[in-house]
Amino acid sequence: MSLFSKENGAVFTGPLNINNPIAVQVLGICSALAVTSQLKPAIVMGLSVTVITAFANVIISLIRKTIPNRIRIIVQLVVVAALVTIVSNILKAYVYDVSVQLSVYVGLIITNCILMGRLEAFALQNGPWESFLDGVGNGLGYAVILVIVGFVRELLGSGTLLGFTIIPSSALMENGGLYLHNGMMTMPAMALIILACVIWAHRSINDKEK
Amino acid sequence: MGLKKYIDQKVKPQFEENGKLKSFRSLFDGFYTFMYVPNETSKVHGSHIHDAIDSKRIMSFVVIALIPCLLFGMYNVGFQHYRAIGESADFISMFLYGLAAVMPKVVVSYAVGLGIEFTVAQWKKEEIQEGFLVSGMLIPLIVPINCPLWIIAVATAFAVIFAKEVFGGTGMNIFNVALVTRAFLFFAYPTMMTGDKVWVNGEYMDCITGTVDGVSAATPLGEIAAGQAVSTDVMDTITGLMPGSIGETSVIAIAIGAIILLWSGVASWKTMFSVFAGGALMAFLFKGHLSEISNFEWWEHLTVGGFCFGAVFMATDPVTSARTETGKYIYGFLIGCVAILVRTLNPGFPEGMMLAILLMNVFAPLIDYCVVQANINKRAKRANK
Repeated sequence: MSLFSKENGAVFTGPLNINNPIAVQVLGICSALAVTSQLKPAIVMGLSVTVITAFANVIISLIRKTIPNRIRIIVQLVVVAALVTIVSNILKAYVYDVSVQLSVYVGLIITNCILMGRLEAFALQNGPWESFLDGVGNGLGYAVILVIVGFVRELLGSGTLLGFTIIPSSALMENGGLYLHNGMMTMPAMALIILACVIWAHRSINDKEK
Repeated sequence: MGLKKYIDQKVKPQFEENGKLKSFRSLFDGFYTFMYVPNETSKVHGSHIHDAIDSKRIMSFVVIALIPCLLFGMYNVGFQHYRAIGESADFISMFLYGLAAVMPKVVVSYAVGLGIEFTVAQWKKEEIQEGFLVSGMLIPLIVPINCPLWIIAVATAFAVIFAKEVFGGTGMNIFNVALVTRAFLFFAYPTMMTGDKVWVNGEYMDCITGTVDGVSAATPLGEIAAGQAVSTDVMDTITGLMPGSIGETSVIAIAIGAIILLWSGVASWKTMFSVFAGGALMAFLFKGHLSEISNFEWWEHLTVGGFCFGAVFMATDPVTSARTETGKYIYGFLIGCVAILVRTLNPGFPEGMMLAILLMNVFAPLIDYCVVQANINKRAKRANK
C-alpha cells in the first residue's frame, strides 16, 4: 500500500470532520472546557495533544505484536506518560507563560479519552504509518474545535485575540462607550454552550451532505 | 362582528399555504389567536383534561397582574431620578421620565423574544407559542434601570434560544425564561447586575434629559452584604420608593398583582404562601446572625430585593414549578429557605431569590416524582391490607 493512498487519506481526514473526536465522539470534553478561555492556550493544547497522540500511536503500533494483551493498558499509559512529560518540559522551556496557564491540564493529557481510544481502537491493529496519520488527524480534529471555542470565548469574553486587542478600549462602557465584555464567556459553563453550538452546526451541515 | 368576518374571509387566506404572505403565517396566526379566542378549545360543559380557557388567556391574566408593578416601577424611576439630582418635580413629570426610560426596555424585550419565537414557529411549521407574552413583560421588570438596551437584547435572545427553544419551546422549558435572562446578565455583565448598587439614572438617559451623570445608590441588600447600616426604612420598602430593579421594589404593587393572580386562579396560593413561610422561618433562624451585621429586622428580609416579586410571579410559573399539590408546598418552602440562606451566608451574592428559584426549578420534577411515588405506595399498602 502506498504512503498516500486513498485509504490513508481517509484515515487522516476522517477525524477532522465526519469522525471528529469532540464533535461526533464527544471525547476530551473536560480539557476542551478548561483551556479554551483564551486562544493561545487552546492552540498550544491542541498541538500538544496532536504531537502526543501521533507519537504514542506510532510507538504502540511498532510494539503492538510484543505487548502481552493482559497488560496492554499499562504499557500504553507508560508510553503516553513519557511523551506527556517530554511535551510538558518543552512547554516549560519555550512557552513558560502558556504552560503556567495550562497548569495541570498538560499533565492530564494522560487521561484524555481521545489518546487511549486511538491507541486501543487503531494503533493496536494498524501499522506505524497509518497510526501516525490517525494520531495527527485526531489531534488536529481536537485542536480545530478547541481553536473555534477559544476564538469565540476570547473575542467576546475579553475582546482580544492571542493577546492583541480587537475591540478598542474606547468602546468600553467605563470609557464612555457602549460595549461591555461578556464575563460569562470566561466561565466553563459558556464553553459548554459554545461547544454545543459547534456540534449543532457540524451535525446540521453533515446531515445536509448525506 | 364585521371585522372578524372581514379578516376571516379576506385577510386570513393570504397567510395560508398558497397565499401571498405565507412567510408571515406564524405572525398572523399569533396575533389572530391573541385577539380572538381560537375556534378549537375544550367545551365548557362536561369533563375535560384541558381547561376551556387557552394558554393565551392565562398569559394575559399574568400580564394584567404585572401592570401595577410596571406602572409603579416607571413612577419610581422618575422619583429616584429627581431625588438624586435634588430637584422637586410633580407626579406627571416623574412618571413621564420613568415611562421614557422603561418603555424602550419593554419594546426591546418583546421584539427580540417574539421575533425569535415567530422565526422558530415559521421554520418548524408549528403554531406560534404564546409563552413569551409573560416572559417579555417580566424581563424589563427585573433589570436595573441603567441596563443598556443591547445587553437586554442579547440576554433575552440567549434565554429564549437556550432555555426555551432547545428544550422544545413553550411548556417544555426546565428553567423560568425570565430568570435565565437575569442569570445571564448577572454572570455575563456583573457590573450591571450585582445587586449591591443600582444606578439611579444612567448616562445614556442624558440624551433625553441632559442632566448629570449617573448617581449610584446602594440597595438595602447591598448595604447588608457590605456590613453597613441599612438606610432604607420599612415604609420605603413596602411602598417601594427605593432604588432597585424596575418592577420589584414595591410590595404594594406586587400584592395587587398577587390578588389578581389568586383571584383568577392562575397562580397557586400554595406555592406563594410556602415561599413566604420558608423565607420567614429561615430569616427567623438566622436572626442572631442578621442582627450582628446590620440593623435589619428578620421579617424585613421578606420585603426587600426580589423576594416578593419572585414569590408571586416567578415561583408560581406553572411550567417550571412543581405540579403536584403537596409538591407545591415543598417546592415553595425550599425556595424561601434557599433564598434567605444565600442572602445571609454568602456575601458574594447579596440577592438569593433568582438562584433559589433556578435551583428549585431543577428539583421540581424530582419533588413531583417523590410525591407521586409516596401516593402510589400509600395506596398500594391500603389495597394490600
